[in-house]
Amino acid sequence: MTDKYVWGTIQFIGLVLAQVLVFNHLNILGSINPMIYILFFFWYPAQENRTVLIALAFLLGFSIDLFSDTMALHTAAALTTAFFRFPIMRFVFGVNMEFQNFRIANSTRVQQYSFLALLIGIHHLTFFGLEIFSLPNLLLILKRILFTGGSTFIFGVLLIALFSGRKE
Amino acid sequence: MQRIINFILNNRNTLLYLFLFLVSIFLTIQNNNYHQARYFNSANWLTGNIYGVNASIRKYFNLKEDNEKLLKENEWLRSRWFNAELQDTVEMDTARLTYEVISARVVKNSYAEPDNYITLDRGKSDSILQDMGVITSRGILGIVEKSSSGFASVQSVLNSKSNINAKIQHTNYFGSLTWNQQDYTRVQLEDIPRLEPAPMKAGDTVVTGAMSSIFPENIPIGTIEDFELNQAGSSYTINVRLFNDMTNLRHVYVIRNRKRPEVLNLEKEVANDR
Repeated sequence: MTDKYVWGTIQFIGLVLAQVLVFNHLNILGSINPMIYILFFFWYPAQENRTVLIALAFLLGFSIDLFSDTMALHTAAALTTAFFRFPIMRFVFGVNMEFQNFRIANSTRVQQYSFLALLIGIHHLTFFGLEIFSLPNLLLILKRILFTGGSTFIFGVLLIALFSGRKE
Repeated sequence: MQRIINFILNNRNTLLYLFLFLVSIFLTIQNNNYHQARYFNSANWLTGNIYGVNASIRKYFNLKEDNEKLLKENEWLRSRWFNAELQDTVEMDTARLTYEVISARVVKNSYAEPDNYITLDRGKSDSILQDMGVITSRGILGIVEKSSSGFASVQSVLNSKSNINAKIQHTNYFGSLTWNQQDYTRVQLEDIPRLEPAPMKAGDTVVTGAMSSIFPENIPIGTIEDFELNQAGSSYTINVRLFNDMTNLRHVYVIRNRKRPEVLNLEKEVANDR
């Protein structure tokens, strides 16, 4: 029981630090920074309380915002991801969700990747949708959604593969 | 009453989500105005210190390059000094100088966002306050937006809110320096009046103007790359290539204008009399 919370806390802090100290400074092709903290929503246990998840999402987004001086854009995007996580899981995993011992790690690879892709999709749509107000043209935003989304997905898949062995 | 409570309990996730979402939207929008400086920024104790540790680790890998930069700057300063015409008196009392220079180190830099901010490792305890100019040895960098006791958040020239008085060197045509959020090597100089022939050509240097109480005059900014008339046809929009490499910033100077309070006071009085 306590093990779960310790692991969760380490994961939370680790993701925030990895995001702000490493991934925010990658600047691939000049301006692409993958947002790998979305993996928190991927790794979060399937059966846990949704209200807690929304509160944690606020905290997660807010910490990232504090570090990256992005006002509250990450907060809004993380909240929306947390809120729509449950419907997305229903959509991707279907009936399997009903089983008591269901684990995301035990589902098929296709399911895992589509789950991750949908999480990234909803997150980036909110994030860049709000950023519209500060970006001058639509083309730039579409370009950023596409490239950032792609890089987040690639790094996400790599990190999931890297840490899948260690988890329980 | 029971039904209201039940309704709230049944929809607690949606309600919590909507409430927190509105809070974050509010925090985002509230930032649009320049003088309503962001309350939450990376110049606070926690984030500042984490970035500080990170920067001090990275520092060791750049020592050689930093030394070379410093040497180049000294070389330039010495050549200026040796060739300067001798004045009969040199002011030694630093309390009577108008501008005070405070060195600081960049602990966090961003240039790929639509609005970029830089965090410095010095703050109020080194008398760095809002609206002080920040430069590097090569040129202009930005303006301090907010400072905490140990850190300062600088609004970079690569920010949609940035608006700095600038002019073309050796002329008196001045305009405002803005950024169109597209390329971090170029900024735009706007409102240079339309004249025939154009008062500048590609390759000319752009420097800070005298209209600002933040920067001293004639601090280099960049060179003119190209220019075109704006949509109304009344003034030029000039693309300026920055001297500073915004991707590689470590040591900066913060400029404090001792006479700025006096200027601001005067301007306020004039505004009140009107």
